[in-house]
Parts: sequence; C-alpha cells; structure tokens
Amino acid sequence: MLTGPALILFLAFVIFPVVMAAYYGFFKWKGYGPPTDFVGLDNYLIILKDPTFIDALQHNFTIVVLSLLMQGPVAIGLALLMNRKMRGQSVIRVLIFVPYVISEVVVGTGWSLLLQSNGALNGLLEKMGLGGLTQDWLANPKLAIWTLMIIITWKYVGFAVILFLAGLQGIPQELNEAAAIDGATFWQIQWRISLPLLGPTVRIWAFLSIIGSLQLFDLVYIVWGQYVAATAGTSTMATYMVVNGRNAASYGFGNAVAVVLFLISLVVALLYQRFVLRRDTDGALTGGAN
Amino acid sequence: MATTTINRPPLLRGTALSRERRNWGSPLVYFVALVVVGLMLAPVAYIILGGFRTNSQITVDPSGLPSPWDVEGYKAVLTGGVFWHEVGNSLIAAGTTTLGVVVLGLMASYALARYRFRGRGAMYALFAAGLMFPMTVAITPLYILIRSLGLMNSLPGVILPQMAFGLPVTIIILVPFLRAIPKEIQEAAEIDGCSRLGFFRRMVIPLSYPGVITVGILSFVGSWNSYMLPLFILNKESSFTLPLGVQAFASQWSVDTAKVLAFTSLSMIPALIFFSLFERRIVGGLTGAVKG
Repeated sequence: MLTGPALILFLAFVIFPVVMAAYYGFFKWKGYGPPTDFVGLDNYLIILKDPTFIDALQHNFTIVVLSLLMQGPVAIGLALLMNRKMRGQSVIRVLIFVPYVISEVVVGTGWSLLLQSNGALNGLLEKMGLGGLTQDWLANPKLAIWTLMIIITWKYVGFAVILFLAGLQGIPQELNEAAAIDGATFWQIQWRISLPLLGPTVRIWAFLSIIGSLQLFDLVYIVWGQYVAATAGTSTMATYMVVNGRNAASYGFGNAVAVVLFLISLVVALLYQRFVLRRDTDGALTGGAN
Repeated sequence: MATTTINRPPLLRGTALSRERRNWGSPLVYFVALVVVGLMLAPVAYIILGGFRTNSQITVDPSGLPSPWDVEGYKAVLTGGVFWHEVGNSLIAAGTTTLGVVVLGLMASYALARYRFRGRGAMYALFAAGLMFPMTVAITPLYILIRSLGLMNSLPGVILPQMAFGLPVTIIILVPFLRAIPKEIQEAAEIDGCSRLGFFRRMVIPLSYPGVITVGILSFVGSWNSYMLPLFILNKESSFTLPLGVQAFASQWSVDTAKVLAFTSLSMIPALIFFSLFERRIVGGLTGAVKG
C-alpha cells in the first residue's frame, strides 16, 4: 500500500512517456489528435542520414572525450593538492563548488555576456595589451566548441574535485604513513598509493561525465540558442531533438531522435559497465596497483 | 580530517616530523588554490559587479569595475514585480517537489526495505531502472501528456514529472538507510504499544534523517535550477520559474546589459544561500549518492 502513490506517479510520468516516445517515433505526427500516419522506420532513416544530426553526434562525442581529458587531470591534481594538510581547505572546497550549484541558465547568460565580441574578456585582453588575442569566442566555428568546453569545465570540475577528495579521504592514512617511513617522497606516495586507490572513484565519475556529455542540452541551448548552435559547431543530439522536434512541431520525429539518443547512451553505458566498471567489482583495492 | 589527526598514532617518528612540516604546507599549494579559486569566482564576480554598473560604463570599458557604484539596476529588479513573482513560482515548484519526493519516497522505500511482499524485487528493479531514463528522452511525450491533462502553463505540470523523476534516486538512497534500522527496535516499540504509524513517525523518520535531508536537498536544488521541463511546459510569463525568467529577461532587455546582470546575480542568491546553509550535506549527499 505504501508504495502505491510513488508507483503510480512513477509509471505515469516516467515509464509511460518513455514507452510512448518509442511508439510515437514510428509516426509522422504534428502532435494533435492520435498519431495515424505510420511511417515505420522512416524517421530513423532520416535522422541517421541527416548531416546535421551526424554533426551533432560528433559534437557529443567530442564533448565526451574532451570533458574526460580536461576535467579529469585537473580535478585529480586539485584533489591531490587539497588533500594535504592546509589552512582554509574547507573554504576553498566550498568556493570551487560554487559554479556547480548555480543554475545552467545563470551560467549560460553570464558567460555569453562575458564572451560576446564586445564583452569583458575581449576588453580585458585589450587592456592587458593582448588585443591581438581577442576573438569572437561564441560564433567562430573553430573556437566555439572549445569555448563550450571551457564553460563546461568551469561548471562541473568542482563536482569532480569533491568526489575525488572524498575518495582520497577514504584511503587509510596508515598506507601513506607506512610509505613515508619506508622513505617514499610525496610524489611517489601520490603516484603509487593515492592514484591507484582513487581508481574506482575516477571510473564512477567518468561514467557520470560521459552520460552527462551525451545528454548535454541546457548550456548549449542557452548560450547558442536554437539556431546558432549548428553553425557554431556546438549542437548536440538533445538540441537537435528540441529544434527539429518541438520547435518544428514534428513530434513523431522528435521522439525518434529521443529514442536514438537513449539507445546511444544505453549502449555506451552498458559497454562502460562491461569493460570498465567490472574491474571494480573484482578486487577494487588490488586492481591497478603494482 | 580532524578525526584522522587525532587518531594518528603518536609514536611514529616520521609523522611527528611531517606534522610539524605540513602544518602550513608548501606555498605552492596555496598559490595554486588561489589561482583556481580566482578562476572559479571571476565569472560570478563579473555578474555581480556588472549589476552595479551603468550601461555606458559597460560599453566604454567592458571589463572595468563599477565607478561610481550604481544601484539602479538592482533597485529596478527588486522593486519590479516580475522577479519576486518568479521567485515565488520557483519556491512553490521546488518546495512541493521536495515535499512530494520525500514523502512518497519514504513511504515506498519503507515498504521496499522492511516488508516482504510479492514483486518487491521487481518493483525495486523498476525504480532503479528509472535512473537510466533521463528526462531528455521522455520530454516530448511528457509535454503531450501534460497538455492532455490540461496542466500546461501551471506549476503542477512541472511538479508532477519532477517528483516522478526524483523518485528513483530517492529510493536508491533511502532503502539502505531504512533497512539498517534493527528489527529489535521495531519489536520493542510494538511491545511498548507503538502503532505502525507511530513507529514510522517516532523511529523511522528520525533515524533516516540524514538520508532524508540529502534527498530533499538534491531534489530542491534540482528543481530550483531545472530548465528543460519548464521550457516545454511553461509558456506564459506569469507561470515562469526563475531560470526561464532569467532567460526571458536577458532577451527582452538585451540592450540593458546592466539590468540583465543585476537580474541574473539576484537569481543566483537563493541557490547560493541554500548551498552555504547545507554545504556539508550537499557535498556529503552527492558523494554518498555516487559511491553508495
């Protein structure tokens, strides 16, 4: 009885819509009245042949890879640094985490004002005598994806640092002390003890980061809007879905995009679990260490 | 951190030395920390300070400091009704979502954790599978569902789906908490004449308090910041939550950068206050949720 309300709500607003997404995806449908124009797999064929979707998919995978490469090392380095005894550690930890708590809309609005061609960043560069470095950070298709990566890193790196710090503080102090007595230097301790033992935390973080990158929507849609994202080279599968589904009033098509997005995420998630996370289930403490 | 220092065996020579040496740590650490904190806060400072400038100041020198400080932007936002109306909408949406997620989640988790009934495993698996469905996938059918329920442009149209999507993580976090309550406590309470509901209220809720707080904060902040669902459901300005309001304000007043910055920075404040109040819980909750 106790589960009843939760179950009903969950079935109605999570499971039912997900199932309906798969169903609507087979129709050409403007969203009014019951869908009648059954088109089979046509929507899916259109998606997979659409160069704008392929572009968006490539952007997604670029973001996946760059997120891991940019946030991972930075966050691990910061966590290792901050894991030492230091004054004001808790204040620093809070401040690094601030961008993560601010909403995507505030982040997007603030950054787009900061980065517009007559914005504060270009102004600052000119003041510093580096006027040659001023750029159109948002619209230049060669730069925009990197601009996006900077914003993403800024927003989400704090989360990674917090996770890694928690992971590091879970490592028994005795290990570090034993190594110190045996004459290991600070960096040897980090390299031989902290990093291998941080492995499971890093792998979980990477999983969350990958899934988040595949479903990225808010920041791109807010900063680049619905029209510019594709030309600036920052569109993602989710912005493609909203632009070509809801905004174009092609609801059947939009649902088909959602299904493709879901299947891609699912396959990536399953592969990751199978090949990466499985290591953590057999011998997390010994795996990876020499 | 504090406990590890206390627990450290004092007999080891190496640690006594290193403790002295590491009391302040190397200056490099502080330097790096300072640079990082500076980079993290600069954009936030830009937004807050920009609100204190005038448009001509911003046009002449986009990266300067306010001189003189001008409070007109903030004043205009704070005295206009739009901002407060949207704060109200956001508070209602986030508050109701949180309440619903916690109450329904506790009830369901309690049953899943402490009663044996047919289909329990399947039910738990179903909720857990919900973690695999992000709202992005379901957003279009959700929109159609909400529309056919006649809930467009109303806060319940946002609250109900948010509650539903908040349940999986809630249940995953709460079930272990509730399972950990020893059977003996329940038996003792029953012998003392405590009803099932009384046991729930007097024992279960206090004992699962840390989990409840974590879950509550996650759903409050999630709802407060959520963008995609309100974007689909709320099309009338009177129903806007703060994120939609910020975006609408930014495009409506795009020439008035100072005012946009003031609006944006004011809309950060509630989240920042909430965060600083519950910082430990949020951080603990997130790491717990991920590691658990």
